[in-house]
Amino acid sequence: MSVIATDLSQAVEDAAAHLYVWALRDIPQDLRDALATARDRETSTTGKRVLETIHRNVEIADDQGNLVCQDTGIAVYYCRVGEGFPLHPARIYEALRDGTERATVEHPLRSNTVHTLTRENTGQNVGFRVPIVHWDFVPDWDGLDVKCVPKGSGSENMSFLKMCVPADGVRGIKEFVLDSIVGAGGKPCPPGIVGVGVGGSADYAMHLAKEAIARPVGTTNPDPEVAKLERELYELLNETGIGPMGLGGDVTVLACHVEHADTHMTLNPVAVNYQCWAARRASAHVAADGAISYERDV
Amino acid sequence: MATHEVTFPVTDPAEILKLRAGDEVVVQGHIIGIRDRTQIRIFDQGIEPPMDLTGAFLLHTAPGVRKLGPGRYEKVCIGTTTSARMVRFTEGLGERYGVRGICGKGGFPDEAIDPMRRLGMVYFAIVGGAAALETTQIEEIEEVAWEELMPECLWKFRVKDFGPLTVGIDAHGNSLYRDVQERARKKLEDIYARL
Repeated sequence: MSVIATDLSQAVEDAAAHLYVWALRDIPQDLRDALATARDRETSTTGKRVLETIHRNVEIADDQGNLVCQDTGIAVYYCRVGEGFPLHPARIYEALRDGTERATVEHPLRSNTVHTLTRENTGQNVGFRVPIVHWDFVPDWDGLDVKCVPKGSGSENMSFLKMCVPADGVRGIKEFVLDSIVGAGGKPCPPGIVGVGVGGSADYAMHLAKEAIARPVGTTNPDPEVAKLERELYELLNETGIGPMGLGGDVTVLACHVEHADTHMTLNPVAVNYQCWAARRASAHVAADGAISYERDV
Repeated sequence: MATHEVTFPVTDPAEILKLRAGDEVVVQGHIIGIRDRTQIRIFDQGIEPPMDLTGAFLLHTAPGVRKLGPGRYEKVCIGTTTSARMVRFTEGLGERYGVRGICGKGGFPDEAIDPMRRLGMVYFAIVGGAAALETTQIEEIEEVAWEELMPECLWKFRVKDFGPLTVGIDAHGNSLYRDVQERARKKLEDIYARL
């Protein structure tokens, strides 16, 4: 049993090390398609210049095996752990941390993690409570799915929370999202994915907003009311004229994703989390015997 | 909108004054990498930078590099960070050190417009996130100072065909960012009226 556990630790570490670099080098196809559509649709001179440059950049990253963006971010992992997966989440966490550290040293990747008060660098993209790991547990299953979402600071700094009141309604949600994205301007590297979390509690709304940015472009929320809000916000955000890199233009966002939770009768929380155009994500499935399969989304 | 090629450091202020908001620019010569901690050291801790910044082009960056030996680094992945965090250093950079160009992503808030006009400086907008391309345009890391701030050191890069950049704020009081925000705020009023 302990031998299996040791091997599995290694498998999860390998998966994390691979996912972190893969995500940073090779942006997903859904995003490439969305950026191509944006380039064709944009009519402003500066906007076209930006979207052409993004296209060239993605090609160069492919050709040279280089990172798309220098900001290796903060490593965020989403784990779905089967109840029969023979490695405890405490050990899964250690393996993810070790994989993150190994990728940072071996590549080498820029290390971004600092103590939040002293601002001293804490090592190789690891530190106290870093990487950040979110957990889901799945009954009647013995596998592990890991999704790596390296989150750059330019977009993460453009995160916003408002505790709207019930009387603000959906209108209040829309106004807050629009106001946030106009205020963010060019800082989060538009055009990207706007993630909106509504309902739950203050912290959970932001958690949902982060989940929303990690969804592939082209997916919609299964709840028809929420999907309608996604479509409306997408259209309205692209009317603002903020444009690529905030220099003005037709394309301000590639997508708007909304995730929701039921909430208290007196709450109406709305959280916004932005993901830059280099919306990086990569996933792996680790089987109970340690076999790893890499897929963009699991 | 015109297209220009400018070699830095500049000695003739006319090179800066000819640039207008919205113009496309490609940069040659030498540029200086600088970031939050570098400027906090210069301005808040009062430590003189060990590089000449006269006529310089500053890039808001913290590069990904590989160490080759003492004080020697090779590029791995070099890109540009959000400028707005560092806007308060603009006036000091122009007045005390003669900096002529600041390049970053996302733009400077309006408080940069007046010092840039008075001091003959320009803000260049790069495409944020396009680091793979940017890295190919940086030929060599020629000098590094303040290595203890890694990666937020003071870097000197030799560049070739660095860009395309867009003049975001020119030395004549124009800012694309201010214009875009003004139009977007007006648009929001229309949108809110029909929600």
